[in-house]
Amino acid sequence: MYRIIERRMIVPNLHEFIVEAPAVAESVKPGNFVIVRPDDAGERIPLSVADWDASAGTVTSIFMQVGGSTAKLARLKPGAAVPTFAGPLGKETEIGAFGTVLCVGGCYGIGSIYPIARALKEAGNTVITLLEARSSYLLYWEDKLAAVSDKLIIVTRDGTKGAKGHIDRIPELLQRAGAVPDRVIVNGCTFQLMRTAEITKPLGWKTIVNMNPIMIDGTGMCGVCRLSVAGKMKFACVDGPDFDGHEIDWDEFLARRKTYNPEEVDPLRRSSCRSHF
Amino acid sequence: MSEEKKEKKRLDLKRRSMPKQDEHERVKNFDEVALGYPVETAIEEARRCLQCKKPLCNQGCPVGIDIPGFIKFIVEGNFSAAVKRIKETNALPAICGRVCPQEEQCEKMCVLHNKKAPICIGRLERFVADWEAAQGKAEAPAMAAKTGRKVAVVGAGPAGITVANDLALLGHEVTIYEALHECGGVLLYGIPEFRLPKAIVRREVDYVRSLGVKIVTDFVVGKTRTVDKLLEEFDAMFVGSGAGLPWFMEIPGENLNGVFSANEYLTRVNLMRGFRFPEFDTPVKRPSRVAVVGGGNVAMDSARTAVRLGADEVHLVYRRSKAELPARAEEVENAEEEGVIFDLLTLPIGLIGDEHGWLRELECLRMELGEPDASGRRKPIPVKGSNFRVPFEALVMAIGNGPNPLIPMTTPGLTLNKKGGIQTEEATGQTSRPDIWAGGDIVRGAATVISAMGDGRVAAAAIHRYLLGK
Repeated sequence: MYRIIERRMIVPNLHEFIVEAPAVAESVKPGNFVIVRPDDAGERIPLSVADWDASAGTVTSIFMQVGGSTAKLARLKPGAAVPTFAGPLGKETEIGAFGTVLCVGGCYGIGSIYPIARALKEAGNTVITLLEARSSYLLYWEDKLAAVSDKLIIVTRDGTKGAKGHIDRIPELLQRAGAVPDRVIVNGCTFQLMRTAEITKPLGWKTIVNMNPIMIDGTGMCGVCRLSVAGKMKFACVDGPDFDGHEIDWDEFLARRKTYNPEEVDPLRRSSCRSHF
Repeated sequence: MSEEKKEKKRLDLKRRSMPKQDEHERVKNFDEVALGYPVETAIEEARRCLQCKKPLCNQGCPVGIDIPGFIKFIVEGNFSAAVKRIKETNALPAICGRVCPQEEQCEKMCVLHNKKAPICIGRLERFVADWEAAQGKAEAPAMAAKTGRKVAVVGAGPAGITVANDLALLGHEVTIYEALHECGGVLLYGIPEFRLPKAIVRREVDYVRSLGVKIVTDFVVGKTRTVDKLLEEFDAMFVGSGAGLPWFMEIPGENLNGVFSANEYLTRVNLMRGFRFPEFDTPVKRPSRVAVVGGGNVAMDSARTAVRLGADEVHLVYRRSKAELPARAEEVENAEEEGVIFDLLTLPIGLIGDEHGWLRELECLRMELGEPDASGRRKPIPVKGSNFRVPFEALVMAIGNGPNPLIPMTTPGLTLNKKGGIQTEEATGQTSRPDIWAGGDIVRGAATVISAMGDGRVAAAAIHRYLLGK
């Protein structure tokens, strides 16, 4: 069992989840994910890693409550434990001296882009971090990200903070900042990954997206996380989760993400109250 | 002459059948299909054994069980001695008795095979293992004095469990690292409950644990800690990390929704207990028309699982004819009894989806058999212009898989074989690294439980010799 150090709603519907898992904390790298089971009947849920403390032996994730399984995670209290916390899984995000790197984060990806930005900064890059949210109240970790970025750009759909609009404004905002990125790295919801890749493609900006397909074992066995990259079948858990966003078959990926949509929300409509059956 | 006649008369050529759950009932549940011999039947079957002076049956066993020896004990009614005899060379008799392809191994070598009535060795093995379990307590085997040597085993599947068992009995300190949250490997995630109840797998794993073997779950060697880092704490390592990425046919539409690899489909149902959704959280689809592509045991398992999940029609699509089906005859028969429709000499060439990306139809070609190919089986040849389409809501691809990529990807200095698995020396299981051995699917790709156990046995002996010399 793995003890939960913290589980709190950090902004509406997004939870900060800190778990004691020393072996994972010792090996984790930016871009990795872990597999968590909330209880013995639980699904194996892949969560991107957002931070860690090797000396304390803890690993931090940010997750969004979407369906029944993440609802279970969201009900866990600090001091409780989860039966499974396996990782770090997937290949780490490539960190090099690229020059100027644009890190884009949205949703849970505001969390998981943080260690990537930090490592890029340490590697001597000029790091521009762009966070996107529907509204200012959905932003978090701005201070943490500002501390590892040369510039922090915020875009909100309703204009309550930063520039008004959405991810489509990237080229304009970067131009205003006087920067041309040598590489773009995106962590966030599937739609944001896709949109960013679509926007950067005509500009010729190399764009790495951290994919988030459905997984079970997460160790290269079951094959459910497969996707088409440059026309070839790849498996996100062992070949990724980072891929070149310009090579992904997004229509296929979006459809595959929805495979279990009805089942994901099914448990939310049930309760232990007999009259609900 | 008269002597010989007498001998012939004495031969009992009636293989005792094993009771099974009625096919109309069993398609509605996931309980075990085969029910095991009652005591009297087991003794009757054991009596048929000729107790050959130079037995061939044990030469057909990858782990070299003393088959006539344990059968003789059954005849005498000494079941405890029988199971003890098996366990000298096989840690998992309840499992092997159920899932070994005996007809290709021990039973094929039995002298009564010529008379089409080999002894039902697998059923007898299963009988004594289950008898022991029913007694409540397994007898502890003799264990050697502690050597102080430490061995890491990667993967708690059949290969890893065998190595751990053998080395623990020899006095070494063994730790198994398992990537998943439960032990058993393919015995757990792959083989369905109705063929191998998971309680049996748990029982056998508990037995190995009772020998002092330490088991660490949720630990992905190569990722959580690298092989080299682990070897700082251990004197030797055995890698039995098992099967890897599923194969697909490389035909259009394989990433449509509703198309599953057998690994995914079976893992959802077996390891994650998806057949009990929403009591267990992992969902599994319950479509009414399911195609399963392939002809091996995994294909049979997938088709029979689909039947139990309530499909109206389950088709097994296989490009050769019935005679070439690689699955065990017993499993083919079970599938047929349960209503699986066999579309033989049929080759899938494309999957057609609807506007939402869900599978709608399967396009196939009819095949005919030509000359034998390299495998000795007659080669299927497509019949020109024979294309046809059949509607399906789900398709399970059960055409095999490669070795797991994680350890090869993260361990420098390991020579790989043609399949992308770890290269080993056949006689010892030793890899290109002197302190690392490997066996099972990580070496062979998709093979059998018993061959993995055979690899484990060979490697354990080699590791023991290595540790003694150290």
